[in-house]
Amino acid sequence: MSFQFSDDNLKQIEFLKTRYPSLDALSLPLLWMAQYQDGFISLEAIDEISKITKLPPMEIYRVATFYTMFKLQKQEKLLVSVCKTLSCKLCGSDEILDHLKSKDVEIEYVECLGSCGTSPVMQIKDVNYENLTPQKVDDILEELL
Amino acid sequence: MREVKIVSKHFSIKDSHTLKVAKANGAYSNALKKAYKLEPKQIIEIIKESGLRGKGGGGAPAGEKWSLMPQDSDKPSFLAVNCDESEPGTFKDRQIISKDPHLLIEGILITCHAIKAKHAYIYIRGEYKQYQDILQGAIDEAYTEGLLNNCDITIHRGAGAYICGEKSALLESMEGKRGHPRLKPKQKECEWYFSNPTLVNNVETIASVPYIIDNGAEGYRKFGTDKSPGTLLFAMSGHVKNRGVYEAEFGTGMWDYIEHFGGGIRDGKKLKAVIPGGASTDILTADEVMEAKLDYEYLRSIGSALGTGGMIVMDEDTNMVEALKNLLEFYHEESCGQCTPCREGTGLSDKLVEKILSGNGSSEDIDELLEISDTMNGKTICVFAPAVSSVINSFIGKFRDEFEAYNKSTGAKI
Repeated sequence: MSFQFSDDNLKQIEFLKTRYPSLDALSLPLLWMAQYQDGFISLEAIDEISKITKLPPMEIYRVATFYTMFKLQKQEKLLVSVCKTLSCKLCGSDEILDHLKSKDVEIEYVECLGSCGTSPVMQIKDVNYENLTPQKVDDILEELL
Repeated sequence: MREVKIVSKHFSIKDSHTLKVAKANGAYSNALKKAYKLEPKQIIEIIKESGLRGKGGGGAPAGEKWSLMPQDSDKPSFLAVNCDESEPGTFKDRQIISKDPHLLIEGILITCHAIKAKHAYIYIRGEYKQYQDILQGAIDEAYTEGLLNNCDITIHRGAGAYICGEKSALLESMEGKRGHPRLKPKQKECEWYFSNPTLVNNVETIASVPYIIDNGAEGYRKFGTDKSPGTLLFAMSGHVKNRGVYEAEFGTGMWDYIEHFGGGIRDGKKLKAVIPGGASTDILTADEVMEAKLDYEYLRSIGSALGTGGMIVMDEDTNMVEALKNLLEFYHEESCGQCTPCREGTGLSDKLVEKILSGNGSSEDIDELLEISDTMNGKTICVFAPAVSSVINSFIGKFRDEFEAYNKSTGAKI
């Protein structure tokens, strides 16, 4: 299996090269790009990013494994990231977590989504869903699944 | 209570994020025109005189930091705007980038003029994609209208690492590496991005610049205190009636703020404690909150810190052992792992509180927790571990009886 960036992404990469003083800086933007293209970051994608940035594949792998939002395995189910940090905990994230456990989704507990004033909160496909109740979770998932 | 809106003035206006509305409300006008008529050094002097302090948590004087940038370097200078905002309890910068991004862009243009930078990066936390899109839309509009005046702005997206809010870790991440904080230099100097001089400032700090240039240093000093002039977007979460972000002057009474904007404690309950400035600041008891002033000096004087101004409010039913456990899980997950006392200490202390929570703990375990905390303090590259140490000490120092009692009863759930 090989990995190639799409034509649109290749154009975007050429643009990005003009935005940074060094190719090294491209590793995060390109990891994001690969993840959006395939839904996850494969080892082949890491090799491709290594070629573009001229950094060893291991360097790219080290970076990919440091940041929790980079997924190195394909997600089979809808990924629901639920904040469990203090402000959300104080306002009922435990109840939301328990409720989600009965759903056909992949649950990921995350640390602080920056929605402390509208907690509890979950994030699905880059969108924050705030002030959650079990009923609201049902409504959101019904629309997405 | 006097209400002041410097950064949040346009937040409630419909479509305030668009260029059309922003321009109708004065964006890219007085402040920017005044700034371009001034020499870079003159702008830095105004910022120094205003007493503007970094609003990302540290509270260092912004003008002093700006003056560390070389004015006659043969290398390009850069501005890095810190929008990592990952401190639990803190959600203020997202209000600026989603409700008045053009204020930030105008602040960036003035700052870049002052430090002779031609390129600014906005480092945004990965979880803020939906707000990043609004910000990018505003940047695109500014490009289309030719407002950027030969200054480029690029958004650089993080990917879920709390430590990247630390300025040197942020730059490492911007250089495409793991977000490992750098060793601090012995003397004060600017930051370096690929060996180029770079200024790192938080979003709200930069968004405060247009007001200062437009109204002068004295105009800004009309608000706040002598040593903490101006305002801050204080955030409030937890057990208050009206959670949210509200701008207030430095020096405002903490309880006044919580009552006035937050409507007090929800469900008619009593206040138990407040974490005053994001999770990494020392917890205050209800009695301390009643006396506290929201400024850097006061909170330091009582052994805590203003931090980001993100208050986490807890009512009388909150279980402090569970609250500390929750925070230690956060720190254990978010330690970058570079320094052993931090990498190991956060995990060990998390396990000890778990043991206490299970009812199998003892007073010796509480003492051991304090010993681990001591091991983490002052023995690491960045201030992450000392902050964890301080949080542990404040929870046990102020609520030790709850930790002791937990071994005998199950306590209340938070």
